Amino acid sequence: MADSKKKNKTPKQQQYAKFEQQFETKRPVLKNCIKAFFVGGLICMIGQFISYLYIYFFHFTEQTSGNPTSATVIFISMLLTGFGIYDRLGQFAGAGSAVPVSGFGNSIISAAIEHRTEGFVLGVGGNIFKLAGSVILFGVFSAFVVALIKTIFLMMTGGL
Amino acid sequence: MLRGKQSWEFSNHPVIRSTGVAVGPFEANGNLTADFDVIHDDLWMGNTSYEQAHRMLLEEAAQTALKKSNLKPEDTQFFIAGDLINQITPTSFAARDLQIPYFGLFGACSTSMEGLALASFMVNYGGANNVLTGASSHNAAVEKQFRYPTEYGGQKPPTAQWTVTGAGVGLITNNPLNDEKLPYTTSATIGKVIDMGLADPFNMGGAMAPAAADTILAHFNDLQKDPSYYDLIVTGDLGKIGRETALALLKEKGLSLDSNKFKDCGLLLYKENQPVQSGGSGAGCSATVLYGHLLNEMKNGMYKRILLVATGALLSPLTVQQNETIPCIAHAVSIEI
Repeated sequence: MADSKKKNKTPKQQQYAKFEQQFETKRPVLKNCIKAFFVGGLICMIGQFISYLYIYFFHFTEQTSGNPTSATVIFISMLLTGFGIYDRLGQFAGAGSAVPVSGFGNSIISAAIEHRTEGFVLGVGGNIFKLAGSVILFGVFSAFVVALIKTIFLMMTGGL
Repeated sequence: MLRGKQSWEFSNHPVIRSTGVAVGPFEANGNLTADFDVIHDDLWMGNTSYEQAHRMLLEEAAQTALKKSNLKPEDTQFFIAGDLINQITPTSFAARDLQIPYFGLFGACSTSMEGLALASFMVNYGGANNVLTGASSHNAAVEKQFRYPTEYGGQKPPTAQWTVTGAGVGLITNNPLNDEKLPYTTSATIGKVIDMGLADPFNMGGAMAPAAADTILAHFNDLQKDPSYYDLIVTGDLGKIGRETALALLKEKGLSLDSNKFKDCGLLLYKENQPVQSGGSGAGCSATVLYGHLLNEMKNGMYKRILLVATGALLSPLTVQQNETIPCIAHAVSIEI
């Protein structure tokens, strides 16, 4: 727990937090890591396989096959989400199915399904990026910052 | 009659004449299927939204309870109920269809006992002859509001709990009609809000345990009884972790409970192999287990006196995101036969 949060607690509350912790079932971190490693690895292996398909059958190169591969993996994960399989996989694999791009697809389509009852514009449209929105925002922003640093560095060292 | 600081004693013995319980598919596969009146085999229940299905559960439970007592909605003076959804719309919409004068309650998962306590109080003092009271929750509707989309593949920790899809309603009356032995309420203890500083919404059992312990202690203090008076003390939805924590807390405060006589609705409802992590939760948890299972057990002679302590976590998704801790409450009602 963050220190700032701890400061706001009375001694009694801090004592209770410690007391309660002994009854908590701990997250099986090692087991989760192993499961995440293998499931995540498997998803990436499938992705690699799809990428080779694009290279050998559709004249993509190793550099350009990334985009259609991500799109295909996202498409598959959207289907799995729609059929109610991905959330079960998620409970089993944890980060293994959340970190690859398929997890991104899952976060989008699950929100879209969830808010379908509120209509297409305010429901689906307004909520589809409810979870993925922050990934996009901070992804784009950090890419911008990194690119900016690289550009400044190159300008200063005369590389540009 | 007020007893002690925060308890009522119902000397006129308001009777729980009939009950109605409607549940979803996951609960139907659990431990207590035989005790439920209406069972649905999918979460939509023929509706176009989960919120509508939620409302339908409560309506069905209420209609079943009325039907079993041969009463019509107009014979009932008040309907006291609540749920977990924003502005308790499922309950209010059900009340619109029932057309019974209505008190909407929000006590999170403690609503069932908040309602039963108030209904018993009214009936005991002649404020009403027949009162319908209950609580409900719907897994997908509640998850949608409080957590992530239902199909989102996030991993729940072992401390998390599973929201019950179900509604439980009881008809409280001063007129038991026939000679059949029926359960009646004898006392209620209203809890105060307790916040012991836990903030993890995936560990509500741990957060609610102090509230349960506080209300149980207050109950025995106010009514000058000791735990051996009851055949069973049942908490609403503490789950595995909360139950053990509450037991230990009570022991620390000098009240030793027999762990075989201290059960939890959230643990009674599901089978061992159902993936509910720490146990069931939700406003419908204590309502379905009490009005379905426990009262049947009492009628079968299994228990004579029980104390039901329903616990509620009074958080909202907003307060969680703003890093607030989780205030909790527990209300207890004793039922005898």
